[in-house]
Amino acid sequence: MSTQTDSALAKARARTGRMNGAEAIIRSLEAEGVDICWGIPGGAILPLYDAFMACDHTVQHVLVRHEQGAGHMAQGYARATGKVGVCIATSGPGATNLVTPIADAFLDSTPLVAITGQVPTHLIGTDAFQEADITGIVMPIVKHSFLVQTVEDIPKAMKAAFHIALSGRPGPVLVDVPKDLQLTEFDFAWPDEIDLPGYDTDWISGVDRDAIDAAADLIARARKPVLYVGGGVINAEATDELILLAEALQAPVTTTLLAKGAFPDSHPLSVQMPGMHGSKYANWTMHRSDLLITIGARFDDRVTGKLDAFAPSAKIIHFDIDPAEISKNRHADVSLIGHLNETLPALRDAVLANRNDERIRHQIDWLNDVQGWRREHPFRYRRGGDTLKPEYVMEAFDKALRGKDAIWVTGVGQHQMWAAQYLTIDRPRRWITSGGLGTMGFGVPAAIGAQQACPDAYVVNIDGDGCFQMTMQELATARCYDVPAIHAVINNGWLGMVRQWQELFHGERYSETDLFGTIPDYVMLAESYGCLALRAETEAEADAVIAEAIAARRPTVIDFRVDREEKVYPMVPAGSASHEMLDETWENEWVEEGV
Amino acid sequence: MGATNHHTLSALVENRPGVLSRVAGLFTRRGFNIDSLAVGPTERADRSVITIRVDCTRHSVEQVVKQLYKLVDVIDVYEVAPDAAIERELLLIKVQVDAERRSEVMKLAELFDARVADVGQTTLLLECVEHPDRLASFEELLTPYGILEAIRTGRVAMLRASAPEGESTSRLRVLG
Repeated sequence: MSTQTDSALAKARARTGRMNGAEAIIRSLEAEGVDICWGIPGGAILPLYDAFMACDHTVQHVLVRHEQGAGHMAQGYARATGKVGVCIATSGPGATNLVTPIADAFLDSTPLVAITGQVPTHLIGTDAFQEADITGIVMPIVKHSFLVQTVEDIPKAMKAAFHIALSGRPGPVLVDVPKDLQLTEFDFAWPDEIDLPGYDTDWISGVDRDAIDAAADLIARARKPVLYVGGGVINAEATDELILLAEALQAPVTTTLLAKGAFPDSHPLSVQMPGMHGSKYANWTMHRSDLLITIGARFDDRVTGKLDAFAPSAKIIHFDIDPAEISKNRHADVSLIGHLNETLPALRDAVLANRNDERIRHQIDWLNDVQGWRREHPFRYRRGGDTLKPEYVMEAFDKALRGKDAIWVTGVGQHQMWAAQYLTIDRPRRWITSGGLGTMGFGVPAAIGAQQACPDAYVVNIDGDGCFQMTMQELATARCYDVPAIHAVINNGWLGMVRQWQELFHGERYSETDLFGTIPDYVMLAESYGCLALRAETEAEADAVIAEAIAARRPTVIDFRVDREEKVYPMVPAGSASHEMLDETWENEWVEEGV
Repeated sequence: MGATNHHTLSALVENRPGVLSRVAGLFTRRGFNIDSLAVGPTERADRSVITIRVDCTRHSVEQVVKQLYKLVDVIDVYEVAPDAAIERELLLIKVQVDAERRSEVMKLAELFDARVADVGQTTLLLECVEHPDRLASFEELLTPYGILEAIRTGRVAMLRASAPEGESTSRLRVLG
């Protein structure tokens, strides 16, 4: 479905008339209900920026400092709202700077429309100044792309782009508009229909009863079911339906990195995140399970570890919106393509109709096992004494914002995993992280976009010092638009996750990972941007600066000088079975026998 | 994941710029080697058919069909089972012939329903539309005379009238 509201549509129709292609792009954005977009002007997109100033419209444009920032801000907005994020760049280098956010949006199924200027039609193919074949470059990382051929195609391409980006499995769509078409006048009319014979999403609607019955039958025979939940639940807005299903099943629920918040972390059935740095109890639950009820997840290698050894005794039920995910990595015994807010209630009804006391009795034993693992093997760390542990920072933030509307954003690496482990997130769209692509530098701009989407929320970017330095120029954007997100730099002076692998698997040879944590001085840097700049080196200081930052409601950077050697545990080494987890040694540790 | 086999896929696509790159790029990205690829217009000006032959496992071909459906410009995809379809390919072949062997080669051409497209002093250019396996035999038989050049178009395929309904890979069939 497109995001357009009746009023926006009416407004766009009212604008029908003679205009150039540039204004037509703006009228199209209005028709789609776009209230904000991010970008940087340049030669081939100048007519569009001229139209932003010359005509009267309702689309706010945010000037960023690097096009990658525009893309991630649009992603942050999209992930926080469920609406399409829009970013704009000029041709050539402007467009290629969008490649990383486009790839990120592709792997994490984020609805994104990227609009790029292209050199004038008669220069295409001549290696003109700032010419890049951007539709060719992004071909394997977009859901679709358009190189607009005539000015009349602009409204059609824009309408189709928004429809494709948001419907079915969401993803990025690029619209490349040659400069001469932006300047050409024509009679604009917002199209009533979309002509895409090869793109049909209607068939996804509805529920296949046979598949529901087959799934219910597997569930009735299962003794150790687990719900394996992915980010698809968030895109489908199916959290309520998932909670009802889980409660009807009384099955443990594990949520992948992308699904954090799709099911409340504090729900008694939640076993949190599985996978490489997931909880032991989530991985053991999956490993011992005899039935994975997979919902909007895709058996990513960071979840499964060694695929052959993953959940070896489990049958697989797979609910998804994308047929290509079914049996891609793991054979599905029962699969159902559909909208989760239709299919999950249907499954719940079938489960309730099939109530079976013996199953429930077994299930109580199963839940007791799971709760036992959870009690005995929680996420834990040793407090640092004089040094500040990164995990402590997560817990302190979590406590400080409990009960408030907080949105957590992260970069990629150790800090991301600690945040995933220690933050309690009970609502969807309140955890925004780069999962599939693992894009360092995602945090700062994504947090800005999320904050602009939700001005009243408390947005905290848990970032690493390596990540922060990749996109910190966007502090200027934060300051210029007064975007009060807090950027918490978990500063250990290393490319920490790489360092952890070097320590554990490469003989402690720390090749090119030392970032020297005092360069730059993050406080002086943040002050130069006019941000509130804070630093903490002890637990007491951490508590104090977190309180100060939350109260400030202005762009803030905190330099948390944390223990340089802390590692993320537990850990499934790459290529190992997911139940074989490395950990520090703990007193009274269970022997992991039989697991 | 099982043994590899040859599979012929027929994709009905929108006749738009870039569609061939999208389809070919998909095969490359997912690690498939294309044996042959033919693209051409259909009875409708706004539609083309791309016929692709790949050597891969059953699991892989199911995956690639699903991925093809995800391309916005792809309208329909069929896996064409050999016994349910007519498969044809065009061969252009230039053979070295002197005057006395010319009639011999022309007889052979007749046997394969090939047409003489051009005659030179010492060469004969033949065209032949046939099943790809038969073209291979034809080429083999011409080898002793001396093949100067040979080009094949890549196969195209169409289901026979008698093909059972289930032989085409409909969108819903790939789900399971």
